[in-house]
Amino acid sequence: MVLFWGVPIIASFVISFFDWKLLSPGEFAGVENYTKLGTDRRFKAALWQTIYYTLGSVPLNVLVALAAAILVNQKVRGVTLFRTLFYLPSVTAGVAISILWYWMFNPDFGLFNWFLGLIGVPGIGWIWDRNWAMPSIILMSAWSIGANMVIFLAGLQGIPEHLYDAVDVDGATRYQRFRHVTLPMLSPVIFFVSVITVVQSFQIFTNIYVMTRGERGTMVLALYLFFKGFEDLKMGYASAIAVILFVITGVIALLQFRLSGAWVYYEEEGGQ
Amino acid sequence: MRVLRYVLIYGLLLTFGFIYTVPFLWMLSTSFKTLSQTLRFPPEWIPGPWAFENYPNGWMGAFDFNIFFRNSVAITGNAVLAQMTSSVLIAYAFARIRVPERGFLFAIVLATMMIPPQVTLIPQYILFTKFGWVETWLPLMVPQWTGWPLFVFMLRQFFRTLPADLDDAARIDGCGSFRILWHVLLPNMKPALATVAIFTFVGNWNDFLHPLLYLSRDDNTTLAVGLNMFRGQYRTQFNEMMAVAVLILLPVILIFFFFQQYFVRGIALTGIKG
Repeated sequence: MVLFWGVPIIASFVISFFDWKLLSPGEFAGVENYTKLGTDRRFKAALWQTIYYTLGSVPLNVLVALAAAILVNQKVRGVTLFRTLFYLPSVTAGVAISILWYWMFNPDFGLFNWFLGLIGVPGIGWIWDRNWAMPSIILMSAWSIGANMVIFLAGLQGIPEHLYDAVDVDGATRYQRFRHVTLPMLSPVIFFVSVITVVQSFQIFTNIYVMTRGERGTMVLALYLFFKGFEDLKMGYASAIAVILFVITGVIALLQFRLSGAWVYYEEEGGQ
Repeated sequence: MRVLRYVLIYGLLLTFGFIYTVPFLWMLSTSFKTLSQTLRFPPEWIPGPWAFENYPNGWMGAFDFNIFFRNSVAITGNAVLAQMTSSVLIAYAFARIRVPERGFLFAIVLATMMIPPQVTLIPQYILFTKFGWVETWLPLMVPQWTGWPLFVFMLRQFFRTLPADLDDAARIDGCGSFRILWHVLLPNMKPALATVAIFTFVGNWNDFLHPLLYLSRDDNTTLAVGLNMFRGQYRTQFNEMMAVAVLILLPVILIFFFFQQYFVRGIALTGIKG
């Protein structure tokens, strides 16, 4: 474990200080890779596009997953079938699904422009349009909410029934039940889901690689790292990007932990 | 009031359900269309005539998908076997065997769960290049034998739900650690093992990044990369592309339908506990 995980992390850090071509360590370059990153406009663009993707996809994903979880937590007949349907897209994620969406986004024969036509809106270029490419990919991310939905569902089912009984005695409305019992009881779960979704959003690769190859304003960090490292064979430079990616992920996770104190409610006996 | 609530719930369920199913229906529908019918707008949902030949033509067209299939089965099969062995042993050690600094070591394992895979990609690639492993299955097979942090974590949680009295009783009967694991503990955690197996299967079957890096030839790579190659050749034949996509997704979908509860349990456990 330590060999395959710990060593590469340190190695990544070390390599990032070298002018490393594929196999030869090359010369020690000091912080040169990092200063180059500072002036690399494509890197800065990749950083912003990653942030754009995160800001778009994470709130959408968390909200849709929460809504879906609440919906499939209703005790009505046949609800398990819908659980399956909502979950399925996240099991099938990968190249096949990316090609499917690539086809649905097709401006001439695709499903989306057909749908827009039905409601009387003129079609757009989706992934082929610089302004719409990233929103299209964000939209696609909202389809794979299955895992988050299941986590929310488990959280909802873990809320003790007696808490609802207690507020019912006081004549609480449906909204009040949600606002004063569900939401606070679920806040640790919402927090957890937000953290992992943010971390994952910084790693988005396959969907974008297949659909746009990072063109038209969709070059995110993970893709830029891939192209620099494995097409331009600039391993040192790519490692520097990896280190930055690692640091950003860490800082965001830490920040979320810090901020969580303000809004996450933990029961007195604590988790575990 | 009650009736209204039911109508509302079912209305929402059906709307959401429809939105989430439409892409799959569209994939199926496209896979049975003739090429000229895929290029019609507005799109037609019912294929006519039904082009069943898309399936054999796509599977055995520019590329022999039997070979990709065989490769995917080998790589995924190894991964499942490896995770069932290594993650179980590591988790068992963390749950039951007292060694100095066990807590600290486990914290390191947990920390690695947060690390983006891209961070380890380059050093691993350099390492495997030095080993001469590029264009072989080894980079995708060997690391599986070192365990996966998430599974180690999940299995350790499972081990800890089993009372230590079980171990003690077996030990009095003269069992060693491995026999306790094999005869006493593992039979009690079949659901956890199934979860590991299924997640490993799906993760490796769908994996694109690693085979893309290490396997670029049409005789050694996996279904995911093969499908992407296929798309590179046939830029517009979406009917055959969708047919191949359906076949590639079929094992995952079948496994999902049969073992759904293990997915749910796995996510709930790794997500909530701890």
